[in-house]
Amino acid sequence: MLKVEHLTKIYEGGTLALDDVSFEVPDGQFLAVIGLSGSGKSTLLRCINRLIEPTDGRITWNGVDVTKASQEEMRRIRRRIGMVFQHFNLVHRSKVLTNVLQGSLGYVNPALSLINRFPKEEVSKAYRQLARVGLQEKAAQRADELSGGQQQRVGVARALMQDPEMILADEPVASLDPVLAHSIMQYLETINREDDVTVLCSLHFLDLVHRYADRAIALNEGKLVFQGPPSEIDDDKFKEIYGQEAERVG
Amino acid sequence: MADGNNTSQQSPLDAMPLKPKRGFKRTIFFILAMVFGVIVYAYGFAVTDVNLDEIRSETRQTQLVRVLRALARPDLLSYERVETPTDTAFAMPCPAGGFNADGVDENARHITVEPACVEPGGKITVRGANFSANARGTLVQIPPSGDLELRLAEFQVDGNGDFELVVNTRERESDQPQTIRAITRENIGTIFKPVQVEVTSDAGVVSTVRSPRISKSTTDTWDRIIETVFLAFLATTLGTVIAVPLSFMAARNLMRDISVPMTKLALQLLAMPVGVGLGILAAGWARTISEQLTDSVFLVILGLVVIPFLMVLAFRWALPPVEEEPPTPMERSGRAVVILIASVGGIVVLFLLASLMVTVGDWLAPRLSTFDFLGSFVASLGDILNAIITLLTALATAGVLMNLAGKLGMWMRGHLPAGFIKVFRIPLAAAAGAVLAVLIGMGIGWLYQITDPMKIYWVPAAVGAAIGLALAIRAYQKEQVAIGLSIYYIARTIFNAIRSIEPLVMVIVFVVWVGIGPFAGSLALALHTVAALAKLYSEQVESIQSGPIEAVKASGATRIQTIVYAVIPQIVPPYISFTLYRWDINVRMSTIIGFAGGGGIGFLLQQNIRLLNYSAASVNMLAIAIVVASMDYLSSRIRERIV
Ligand SMILES: Nc1ncnc2c1ncn2[C@@H]1O[C@H](COP(=O)(O)OP(=O)(O)OP(=O)(O)O)[C@@H](O)[C@H]1O
Ligand SMILES: [Mg+2]
Repeated sequence: MLKVEHLTKIYEGGTLALDDVSFEVPDGQFLAVIGLSGSGKSTLLRCINRLIEPTDGRITWNGVDVTKASQEEMRRIRRRIGMVFQHFNLVHRSKVLTNVLQGSLGYVNPALSLINRFPKEEVSKAYRQLARVGLQEKAAQRADELSGGQQQRVGVARALMQDPEMILADEPVASLDPVLAHSIMQYLETINREDDVTVLCSLHFLDLVHRYADRAIALNEGKLVFQGPPSEIDDDKFKEIYGQEAERVG
Repeated sequence: MADGNNTSQQSPLDAMPLKPKRGFKRTIFFILAMVFGVIVYAYGFAVTDVNLDEIRSETRQTQLVRVLRALARPDLLSYERVETPTDTAFAMPCPAGGFNADGVDENARHITVEPACVEPGGKITVRGANFSANARGTLVQIPPSGDLELRLAEFQVDGNGDFELVVNTRERESDQPQTIRAITRENIGTIFKPVQVEVTSDAGVVSTVRSPRISKSTTDTWDRIIETVFLAFLATTLGTVIAVPLSFMAARNLMRDISVPMTKLALQLLAMPVGVGLGILAAGWARTISEQLTDSVFLVILGLVVIPFLMVLAFRWALPPVEEEPPTPMERSGRAVVILIASVGGIVVLFLLASLMVTVGDWLAPRLSTFDFLGSFVASLGDILNAIITLLTALATAGVLMNLAGKLGMWMRGHLPAGFIKVFRIPLAAAAGAVLAVLIGMGIGWLYQITDPMKIYWVPAAVGAAIGLALAIRAYQKEQVAIGLSIYYIARTIFNAIRSIEPLVMVIVFVVWVGIGPFAGSLALALHTVAALAKLYSEQVESIQSGPIEAVKASGATRIQTIVYAVIPQIVPPYISFTLYRWDINVRMSTIIGFAGGGGIGFLLQQNIRLLNYSAASVNMLAIAIVVASMDYLSSRIRERIV
C-alpha cells in the first residue's frame, strides 16, 4: 500500500509543481496518472522514490515513511521500486546486458560491481528478463544500436531485474508510435497481473488509460482534480482535467 | 554622392529630423573611439620599445643574417675536411721601384693582390679565380719568417669559382716579400657517398673515421629529445590518473545533490584529525615492526607470506558472512581489536613489500646490463611506496573513523529525540569549526613561523567556533548541509588558481625542491596537467545526459556505482580526446621547460643559444619541430579513430 499525504513540491525557482496532493494506491493496482503537460506528473512520480525531494507532506509505503528515510534506507527502498522513463534513459555506450544488470546494483556486492563483476545468478537472471521482453539475442549489442521500442523494452527489463514490488512509469510510451505503445503497455500489464506488481504510470492518451488502468488520478497545475475508475472520466471531468478548450481525441 | 546637390532627392531626408542627429552622435562616438584607439596603440609602442632604427641598423642586420645563415645549416653531420692553400706574394712596405708578384697561370686556381705592395696596415683587394664553386675559406697573411698565419678574413667563393675581398693588412713591415694565402676547406664525402679517412689525432695516433658522420650535436639532441618525449609522457599519465577522480569533485551536476545532516558532518569533521593522528601512529608502529625483519631477505619474504595469511584468517573470523544472531558487545569489541591488529599487519606487509622491491631492484639493476633501468624502476617504486605508506595509512584511518562517526551521527538521529539533536548539534558544530580552524591556524603558523600559541590556537579556535555556531544556528531549521557544493567551489577555485600559473614558472619551485633536471620538469608539468585536465574533464561531466544517472540512482545504486555505471561510460571518449590533446600540449611545453631548468631539449637549446652555437641550436629546433609535428599528427589521428 502506497499512501501519499499532503504532498507539496515547490521548485527552487518558486514553481508550485505539486499542491497538497493526497491519494492511496492499494498493492497490485494499475494506477494511471493523467494531466496536461506541466501539471506535475513527473514530479509526483519522482517524489515517490525521492529522485526529487518533496518540500512538504508524507509518503508511506508498506508502512515505512519514505520521506524520512536516510540515504542508506532510501537505497533499500529504491531497489524495490522499478522505474521506466519516457526517454528510456539507457546508457548508450554500454551493452544491453550491462544496462539490464544495472537493475541489480542495489543488491549485489558494491565493491565487486565496481569492476563490472556480477554473480552468475544475476547474469542469468538478466538474460531471463531480456528473454521476457523478447530481446535475448540483442544482449551483446550496444544500447544505442537498438530502435526506440527495443530500448524501452530494455528499460522494462532493467526495472524487472530489481524484482520490484512497484513500478513507476513516467510516460513510458510517449516517444513511441501507437503499435509499439501497446506492446510496451502490455508488458507492464503482464507484470502487473502476473507478478502482482503495483504500477503507477503517467499517460497522455485516454484510450490507453481506459484500456490498461484500474484507476486513474488526474493533476491540473499540481492539484489533484480527479481520482476514480477511468470509466468515470466523462466530458465534464475531461474539461476539468484538461481545460475548457480541450478537444477529446482518444 | 554623385547627385548630392540634387535638392529634390534630399527632401525626404529633411522629413526625418531625428536621423542626422543620431548620425552626428554616432560620428562623435566613432571619432572618440578612434582617438582612444590611437592613444592605446601609441602607449603600447612606447612601453614595448618599438624601435625601427634598431631594425634598420646595419650591424643588427648583418648579425641577423649571420644567425639566420647558421640556423639554415643545422650541424647534423660532421665532416672531415681537406685544406687547400693558394698563395701569392706581396710586399709591405713598397720597396723602391715597386713590387711585382710572379705571373700567374690564368687557367689554374690562383689569387691576385692589388695593389701588389702597401704601406703597413694598408687596404688590399684580393681576387681569386678557378676555385671550387661555393667553397668557403680563410684568408691569411704570412710574414716572411713563415711560421705565423695572421687571419685576415673569411671568404666565400661564388658559383663561378671567383671571389673578391677588400681587407686591411696587418702591420708587419719587412723588406722581404710576404705571402697572402687563401685556404679553402672542403668537406670530404657526402651523405650519399661517405668515405673512410685516416686522421692523426693531436697525440699522434692514426685512426680511420667515416666522413661524414653523425655529429655530436645530433647525438646530444637525440638523447635530449627522447628525454623530452618521456617527460611529457610521464607528466601526462601521472596528471591524468590524478585528474580523473578530482574532476568528479569539480562537476556541478554530481556534487549538487550531495548534502549531509549537520550532526553527521560535525562528527566527521571532528573524527578527521583524530583519524589522521591515529593513522600516523599506527604507521609508526608498523614501521618499527617491519624494521625488525628487513635485515634479512628471508625474513621479509616469510613475513610477506605469513602475515597476509594471518590477516585473511583474522578477517574471516571477525567478519562472518552470515549471522544468525547479532553479536554480543563482548564479541564486537573482540572483533574490533582483531581487525585493528590485522590492519596494522597490513601496513607491515606494505613496508615489507617496499623494502623487498628496493632490495630486488638494486640486485637486478647491475645484472640486466642494457635493461638496468628496469631494476632501478622497481627500486624506485619500492622507495615511493615506502614514502607514501604513512600518508595512505593516515588517509585510510581518517576515512574509517569518519565513516564510523557518520554511522554514529545517523544512529543518533534515529534514536535520540529530535529536539535534543537540534540543540546538541550546535555545540558540536562549534567544536568542529574550532578544530578545523585550529588546523588551518597551525598550517599558517608553520608557513609564517608563528609560534605564539595565542595566534595559532586560541584565536582560530574562537573564530572557527563562532563560524560553526553561526552556521548551526542559521541552519537551525533545515539540518542538511550542502557539502557537495562547498567541495565543488573549493575544487574549482584550486584548479583555476593552479591552472593560471604557467608550468614554466612552476618548474622554478620544483627545481629548488628536486634540483635541475627532467624530474623537476615532469613534476611541474604533471601538476599543471592535473589542474587543466580536471577542469576540462569536469566540464565534460557537466554536459552528460542526466537520464541514465537518474535511472541508475532509481535502482538503488550507491553514489560510486552511479558514477561507474552512468557517468563513466558517457565520458570515456571525451576523456581520451582531452588526454591526447593535453599530451600534445605537454610535448610542446616540455621542449621549452628546460629553459627554466626542467630538463629536456630546452636545456640544450638554451645552452647553444647562449654559446652562440647557432648551427647546433638549429639541430635542436629541427628536432623540436619534427617531434611536435609528429605528435600533433599522431594524436589527431588517434582522436579521429576514437571519437
Ligand atoms: N527541475 C525543475 N526546476 C524548476 N521547475 C521545474 C523543474 N522540473 C519541473 N519544473 C516545473 O514543475 C512543473 C511540473 O513539471 P513536471 O515535469 O512534473 O510536469 P509533467 O506533468 O511531467 O509535464 P510533461 O507531461 O510535459 O512531462 C512545471 O511547471 C515545470 O516547469
Ligand atoms: Mg513529465
